[in-house]
Formats: sequence, structure tokens, C-alpha cells
Amino acid sequence: MPHDHTHPHPLRPDQDGPLTEAQLTEIALRELLIEKGVLTPAQITAQVTAMDARSPANGAAVVARAWTDPAFRERLLTNGSAACREMGYDIGTLNLIAVENTAVTHNVIVCTLCSCYPRNLLGLPPDWYKSRAYRSRTVRDPRGVLAEFGTTLREGMTVRVHDSTADMRYIVVPERPAGTEGLDAEALAAMVTRDGMIGVTRL
Amino acid sequence: MTEAGLPTRVRVKAWALPGHIRTPGYLRGKTGEIERRLPAFPNPELLAYRLPAPEVPLLRVRFTMAEIWGPDTPHPDDTLDAEIYAHWLEPADAP
Amino acid sequence: MHDTPPPPDTPLTARGWFDMGGTEAGPVLPDEHDFALWEKRVDALVILCQAEGLFTVDGLRRALEDMGPQAFETMTYYERWVASLRRNLVESGAVTPTEIAAKIDEIRARGLSYGEVTGHD
Repeated sequence: MPHDHTHPHPLRPDQDGPLTEAQLTEIALRELLIEKGVLTPAQITAQVTAMDARSPANGAAVVARAWTDPAFRERLLTNGSAACREMGYDIGTLNLIAVENTAVTHNVIVCTLCSCYPRNLLGLPPDWYKSRAYRSRTVRDPRGVLAEFGTTLREGMTVRVHDSTADMRYIVVPERPAGTEGLDAEALAAMVTRDGMIGVTRL
Repeated sequence: MTEAGLPTRVRVKAWALPGHIRTPGYLRGKTGEIERRLPAFPNPELLAYRLPAPEVPLLRVRFTMAEIWGPDTPHPDDTLDAEIYAHWLEPADAP
Repeated sequence: MHDTPPPPDTPLTARGWFDMGGTEAGPVLPDEHDFALWEKRVDALVILCQAEGLFTVDGLRRALEDMGPQAFETMTYYERWVASLRRNLVESGAVTPTEIAAKIDEIRARGLSYGEVTGHD
């Protein structure tokens, strides 16, 4: 976000405490890379801005379109990346697979080996997604993990866990809520949450 | 979906390799069904060490929870899909 | 049902500490935080340096794994990422450890807080 340099900035906890080793390292590496002509300040700022622009709202729009446009839904389930690009999102090299919740199937995403996440669509993942507890338990006790997020499933539902072990990234298309037939895509998108697209909640 | 002559049921090799791998330990020795075939990607086990990395086919394999955690697991028919590189897979009926 | 037992764990062949699927763990705590500017910059540097061909995400992960479980338990995500970034950049030849150390000395001399030494927001 552009910053006005004409007056002092207000106190910012993350910028006005004592410098940490990690912060010193970031500054050092950034300045060295700039000095050596590897990167420019504009490139770095542009990348920070680009990541800031990526958020669950993008994924929510994709989901809402899938709910309202059956042909798009098919394209999304066949080739997730192409469908996102079709909507104009700059997702870079993201290889996306969309998996669909139904009345009898619930999907949930995890990366047990690290923290792979469809960042170029949804933005940065939350801390809990990267935690030992989430990474270890979701593949063994997904319903227990879901319960901790307040999610209980109907009798007879099957859970499908997706471990993002290699080059693909995943987004869950939640089940469209009942009683929303009259809503347009924008109103529907407002109902779609990040946690629903990770799959720890139904929406 | 299967191409003629290619197995749909595959077993993850029970290799135990030190270093950078993308095949989780909890799936080693487990048998599953090919859910879909993906493009080939450069082998991460080599990329991680700045070595030339030939492309290896990637497959999504679906396992039941019973297969992974044993028949007494509370929800045996729930499933787990993971992307496994082809060199880690063998036909399910291989000796 | 055929079930091949995994080989016995030895120091060399034990599962990596980072290979967490199915291991013991407590409840999932719903932690999240707004990312600080330095964290966003670490993220940006990691992405941009990969785009420049200096290292791969696999190298980033491997360096993170080599830092061991203690680092995972005691350092934050971006503290570990900047350490992995440093390791990978040194391995690529883009920067040397001496250059990094000298630059850090120079930065420390500018002031005491992030805002102060970076000169702007």
C-alpha cells in the first residue's frame, strides 16, 4: 500500500520494537540483492502488493461462479488453474485441483510435509494450518479436527482428506447452502469462507 | 480410468530414505487406487540438492483410512488422497 | 490385506521429523496473525529469488527440514523462512556469509527498530 512520507508514521508494534535477528537478516538480504542488481525495490514492493491482493475473496468468487454456472463448475473441476485464469486471477504457476463437497462427501485439505497451500489464489495460509497438530492429525482423525472447528457431519457422510504432498494445490468447493436460489454470485461469494475452502468447515 | 495394461491398484514402496522426500511415512507400504494421473514434474528429491532433476510422472492415489490405519479405525471408508511420484509406486500385486 | 511393515527406525532411515502425518499431537489451536511487513518481505524475497532461478522451493524446504525439529518448535514460520532463504542464497553464490555479516553490522549502526533502520514504513 502506498505510504505518505510527509509526516511521521504512528507507532507500529511490528516496526518499533527492538530489531530481531530475523528482521536484520531480511533487511540485509534484501539490500544486498538490490545492491547486486539481482532485484529492484520496485519488484519487491510489487510482489508484496500482489500477495496482499490475493485473499479468500478470490476463491470465494470462484466458488460462487461454480455454484451459479454449471459449465464453469465442470471446467473448474477439470482444470482448476485454467478456470481461475479464466476469471482473470493472476495465479502464477499454481497447479490447482478443486474438490467438491456434496450432501454425502466432505473434503479437507492438509499438507503433512510442510504447509503447501493455494496461496496464489487464497493468499497466505493461517498459522494453524502450518501447525504440528493440524498437519499430524488431519490425515488420521479428520473428523476430530473438524469437530474442533465446530464442524459435525451428517450421518452417512464420507470424508476425503487431500494431502498436498507434491506439485498440486487444492481448494474445496463447499456445498451451496440451502435456500440461496435467489442470490446472485456476489451475494453467494460473501458466504464463502477461507475455512470452508480449506475444508475445516462446511462453509 | 486406466490405460490398457497399467495397474490401477498400486502400493507405495516401503523405502526409508534420509533427506528430502515427498512421500509421507504414513503411506509407505500402503495400497491404494490411482485417482488420476498428473503431468510429470522434476524430481524434488534431486532439485532439493541443486542437482539435475529428470521429470517423473506424478499420480494421485486414493487410500482408505482402513488401509492406512488398520481395520479398527473409526471411519474405515473415509479416504485419503496423496500425490505420489511414480518411482515410489509398484503394482499392488508385486511380490 | 498385504501390509509391508516399514523398516526399523535407525538414525539414518527414521522418518524425518517434518514428516508429521499421523504422529501424536494435541488440539489444533486456531492461531493466526496479521503478517508484519518484514514477514511479507521475506515471503516476497523467497518468491522473487525463485523466479530469478537462484533456488527452488525444494531447496527452500530441504533447508527448512535440515534446521531440525527444535527450530520448528522455537522459531516462527518466517523466522525459519528467512534462515532458509539465507542458506539458499549462500548456496547459490548470490551472497556470501561475510557480506551478510558486514551488512548486518551496518544496519545495526543505523538504529534500534525496524522502522528506524529501514528509514520508511
